Amino acid sequence: MKVAVFVKQIPDPTGVGRLDPATHLLVRDGAELVLDPGDANGVEAALRVVEANGGEVVAITMGGERAAEVLRKAMAMGAGSAIHVADDRLRGSDALATARVLAAAVARSGCELVVAGTESTDGYTGTVPAAVAELLGWPALTFAKALEVDSGTVRIQRQTPAGHDVVEASLPAVVTVTGAINEPRYPSLRGIMAAKSKPLELLSLDDLGVPPDEVGLAGAGQEVISAAPAPERAAGELIEDDGSAARRIADYLAELKVI
Amino acid sequence: MGLILIAAEVAGGSPSPLTLELVSHARTLGDEVAVVVLDPEADAVLPALGAHGASRAYVGQERAYREHLGQPAAHVVSALVDRVRPALVLFPGTQEGRDLAARVSARLQLPVLANAIDVTGDGDDFLVRSSIFGATVDVVTRTRSRSPLVLVRPKSFTATASGGPPPVTEVLPLPAEAPLGARRLESVVAPSAGPGLEEAKVVVSGGRGMQEAANFEVLEHLARQLGGAVGASRAVVDAGWVPYALQVGQTGKTVKPDVYIACGISGAMQHLVGMKGSSHIVAINKDPDAPIFKLSDLGVVGDALKVVPALIEELRARGLS
Ligand SMILES: Cc1cc2nc3c(=O)[nH]c(=O)nc-3n(C[C@H](O)[C@H](O)[C@H](O)COP(=O)(O)OP(=O)(O)OC[C@H]3O[C@@H](n4cnc5c(N)ncnc54)[C@H](O)[C@@H]3O)c2cc1C
Ligand SMILES: Cc1cc2nc3c(=O)[nH]c(=O)nc-3n(C[C@H](O)[C@H](O)[C@H](O)COP(=O)(O)OP(=O)(O)OC[C@H]3O[C@@H](n4cnc5c(N)ncnc54)[C@H](O)[C@@H]3O)c2cc1C
Repeated sequence: MKVAVFVKQIPDPTGVGRLDPATHLLVRDGAELVLDPGDANGVEAALRVVEANGGEVVAITMGGERAAEVLRKAMAMGAGSAIHVADDRLRGSDALATARVLAAAVARSGCELVVAGTESTDGYTGTVPAAVAELLGWPALTFAKALEVDSGTVRIQRQTPAGHDVVEASLPAVVTVTGAINEPRYPSLRGIMAAKSKPLELLSLDDLGVPPDEVGLAGAGQEVISAAPAPERAAGELIEDDGSAARRIADYLAELKVI
Repeated sequence: MGLILIAAEVAGGSPSPLTLELVSHARTLGDEVAVVVLDPEADAVLPALGAHGASRAYVGQERAYREHLGQPAAHVVSALVDRVRPALVLFPGTQEGRDLAARVSARLQLPVLANAIDVTGDGDDFLVRSSIFGATVDVVTRTRSRSPLVLVRPKSFTATASGGPPPVTEVLPLPAEAPLGARRLESVVAPSAGPGLEEAKVVVSGGRGMQEAANFEVLEHLARQLGGAVGASRAVVDAGWVPYALQVGQTGKTVKPDVYIACGISGAMQHLVGMKGSSHIVAINKDPDAPIFKLSDLGVVGDALKVVPALIEELRARGLS
């Protein structure tokens, strides 16, 4: 079977995120760009599915020129091929536009299972995968902390606030994974070398037949009008524990009438 | 400003707290507040929804809404939005809310705004405030489409009763052609004791700095003494030390207790999003530069494995067992 995995390139989440003061778009220049850590779990999950069932993993991204780096990384981990949708007219796309583009890429790829992160680490709307599923007319099994595919059936453990649900669907389907699902493998040196010669297909909006006026800034159904530092909580007292810290905390809890 | 529609959620025979927060706030946004309630227990929750300001309810009670994820509800809600053209649709920012809003967005080609912490009217549009980058930046977005879909984070608004009567109800049948999709076979509930994390007045949270799972026992002890609940960072949830139900943060619970005590938690932005609304924050961390100290009211640079047991002793000396 062919399994698509969505991989998003994001500014290094350990750095400080910035929005351009004029356009209010995420600043990607100058920032170190990495594979979204949540998507590394997705790649791992997709690889395990094909290791158990046979087939190939196809890594798919939508993003600027440098987004090819995350496709190479996914291929270094073991994906067999990649699709990169890049088009200047996609700049400023919202989650819905992103979903339209990714759904078109999946349809073209012939994949019958899509694995994605539950939410990206930068935009974190958490809506792209389910929107892709809706556009394809597929079920979405979201928040998976365990995933199993067996003769045309997908079964997950869906993380819930109280525990987990067991959820099942027939293929084709979209699955989103949480960080708890696995420990992503590191690409081996051999994997990194092999990735350089694996097929990477570059597609434009025209290749996918997605109307340009419905994506990018033009198609966005909303407009960011301001971005400002959130009101900061002022830091308070900082003490070094010299054996008396427990007493100080207890006094503080008493001041707050918690005890 | 027209009709505000809310996708209500039912939890244990009542509207979810977040649903009541949304209904209450919607009164300030529109002329009329309507709810769509798709759940086998829908009729039981209508009086409470009315009492918080919903004057109209669209109701479906098929079992499919519990048994299947997203798809049947999206089918029915999309048809409803298309028919009644609400000025705004509010969704709880929960797992179910996200799946539903995403599908409605795709079906109707309507934009979805996620992670909202405030929504206000602005002429015919709405201004949606969301906090990003671990709540360090506030973004205000103006909607510019019909019926924008907004996913709201828990505890952004206060639930207040309006004393309204039960809403006027219209039953929405689930059409035979609606796709059912992924099916829930079983729900497994992890055991828990004490007050729920989201309701607790005191939350004692532990991170990787607690060193190992067994050390969470001292946090449980401290939480018990303070009548509070135990929370955790994702690092320790992913490590399997504690169940996901305890996770605080962007992908876990949002808590706003009177006091949040962070033990061995670095203060990653994804953790801060879930707890920075706490009235008071105490942090214990051995690294003086840990980001958690930037927002703590009382920070202790020290070993949590020493400070917490000492605090338990100190509280015992003050009469708390
Ligand atoms: C701070 C911030 C806030 C934003 N808020 C909103 C908003 O409220 N509404 C809105 O419509 N847009 C919003 N956007 C824009 C949105 O992030 C982008 O449209 C983005 O392309 C897709 O959304 P996401 O990152 O939220 O995806 P999510 O739905 O959170 O991503 C889930 C998964 O989908 C896959 N995926 C998502 N994007 C891509 C991609 N480009 N390539 C490959 N796989 C992908 C990944 O597997 C990812 O883990 C915001 C952007 C930023 C930076
Ligand atoms: C998409 C996404 C979503 C996420 N969602 C969440 C979320 O919902 N919630 C969440 O918490 N995280 C979330 N994270 C993870 C987050 O980025 C951090 O990795 C995580 O919060 C770190 O947990 P921690 O503070 O326990 O561990 P660490 O960052 O490893 O910090 C451990 C801390 O303990 C201190 N320490 C060590 N030993 C001791 C000692 N003996 N006494 C005192 N202090 C000690 C160290 O100085 C350090 O500061 C998310 C990440 C991503 C990418």
